[in-house]
Amino acid sequence: MIRTTNLTFRYQKDSPLLTFPDLECPAKDQMLLLGESGCGKTTLLHLLCGMLQPTQGSVHVRGLSLGEMTEADRDTFRGRNVGIVFQNSHFLQSLTVLENIAMPAFLQGVSFDKREGFYLLEQLGIAHKAHDRPRDLSIGEQQRAGIARALIHRPALVLADEPTSALDDSSTEAVLALLERQAEAADATLVIVTHDQRLKNRYKNRFVLTNQAQSK
Amino acid sequence: MKLSWLFIAWRNLGLKKLQTALSLVLLAFGVGLVSLLMLSEKQLSDTFKRNIEDIDLVLGAKGSPLQLILANVYHVDAPTGNIRLVDAEKVMRHPYIAEGIPLAYGDNYRGYRIVGSTEAYAKHYGATLAEGREFRNSFEIVLGAKVSDATGLQIGDEFFSAHGLQDETDVHAEKSFRVVGRLEHSGTVLDQLLLCTISTIWEVHEEYQETVTPEDREITAVLLKKRNPLAVLTIPNAIRETNMQVALPSIEINRLTQNFGIGMGTLRAIALLIMLISFGSIFISVYDNLLARRYELALMRTMGGQRSGLFVLLLLEGGLLSAGGSLLGLIFSRMGLMTLAQLVEDKFRYDWSNISLMQEELILVVMAIFIGLVAAAIPGISAVKIDTSRTLSQSQ
Repeated sequence: MIRTTNLTFRYQKDSPLLTFPDLECPAKDQMLLLGESGCGKTTLLHLLCGMLQPTQGSVHVRGLSLGEMTEADRDTFRGRNVGIVFQNSHFLQSLTVLENIAMPAFLQGVSFDKREGFYLLEQLGIAHKAHDRPRDLSIGEQQRAGIARALIHRPALVLADEPTSALDDSSTEAVLALLERQAEAADATLVIVTHDQRLKNRYKNRFVLTNQAQSK
Repeated sequence: MKLSWLFIAWRNLGLKKLQTALSLVLLAFGVGLVSLLMLSEKQLSDTFKRNIEDIDLVLGAKGSPLQLILANVYHVDAPTGNIRLVDAEKVMRHPYIAEGIPLAYGDNYRGYRIVGSTEAYAKHYGATLAEGREFRNSFEIVLGAKVSDATGLQIGDEFFSAHGLQDETDVHAEKSFRVVGRLEHSGTVLDQLLLCTISTIWEVHEEYQETVTPEDREITAVLLKKRNPLAVLTIPNAIRETNMQVALPSIEINRLTQNFGIGMGTLRAIALLIMLISFGSIFISVYDNLLARRYELALMRTMGGQRSGLFVLLLLEGGLLSAGGSLLGLIFSRMGLMTLAQLVEDKFRYDWSNISLMQEELILVVMAIFIGLVAAAIPGISAVKIDTSRTLSQSQ
């Protein structure tokens, strides 16, 4: 599903070069990317979904090389194949929760089945908030709405960026269980990027990034 | 459920109601004021033009030529004085003159002028009788349409006139007038006059001028139609030695509207300034939204949104604002014109209720929408340039 080779990235000419060990994640697997803050976790996540382009090396998702696509193709490819769960779930504040869930379908130009949206929200226990504005939801509810938005279009790959760092132990457990179950139900590969040590032993396939700030 | 960029733009504007309302109101005032100026200028010049149609010269007593025109063509000013009929007839018989319509007046009924003339006067403006007949004898009156509406006079009614042109203090109670006809509405000055024969006017005033010989008969003015263009040059020469003058309505009215024009120009500059401010407001509104929503825009990119889509979204927000503001502006200007029309109708009794869309207004609206789009395109370009990755990592 994902394969990176000789990946390096540099933000600007004089900023330090970040190098990433090759990683591989088979389809439908669940994988943890663990690392201290500042070691380039988010950078790697953005590289994996094609929001950033590597200085060197390549990223393959579903066998396709992101570097060989045009930017517009990458946008389309990401929209269709990748769902991203953010640490702080941001939404389009002018739209309702359900309309936010419909955004991926709209942006990819496919039709949105309202019942499917409701079903997913129900699975996540927030169907009663479907017509509320995102800011009227609690943090936990926002997180779940964010998961719904990442999964609604059945992406092959779900990337979760620090989904648990703001949560206590029991909520962490609940969110992870939800993510895992939903990814499984959608036949999606799940990659969790975090510095949260509590998750360390949960996944067999884990990948530890070291702080590269000193080693330029 | 179907989302669209238009729907999202609409919702985004709805989220910032105050900012949106401010932009709309500013633009509506700008467009409304410009369009109101256009409308009222058109109505004004139409009204002026309708009344001087085919009147090449006005003959009257010496004084201000503009006053001569205003008094005798539009009946909104006092006349410059009287002229002797025998002198006036000399001019009317001049070979360069095709036709002359004599006017004599000095009385009013409830503020409406009683004007003595010939049948040619009503014919000149193409006015037709709505009912009754034309005046034949002294003291028979044909009512203008507005006069009959305003006073409620009916055919067969009798009334007394008042001396002067405005008030009703000095009533001539000896001789009463009788209504014999009523004119159809013509949109000209006739609508606000009561017409009768010239001799009627003389007879009313006989009590003041005890012994009037035909030599001394006076009228107020003559509306002249020329036969030869040279009349404009030769007539003034021919009457130099008398107490009379001729004035050209078209020239005097041009002078008048040019003087109006200064005020109109100032108003138009103010209106354009308001429009300019409103475009600034649209720009700020869209740009401010952009800053606050950088993350939302980046988010749409992560979900497969193209740069072009985001550009369209911001353009739509600017377009909706400018189109909505322009539309409101047109409604404002119509409401303004109707208020103005009421005022004009009360004061001058002209009908200004034609509020159909002018071509100039369409150009105005198209330009307003275009500039609104441009004002939105500037932040739109920065939306296109947003660095998705950096925006996302900065907000976390």
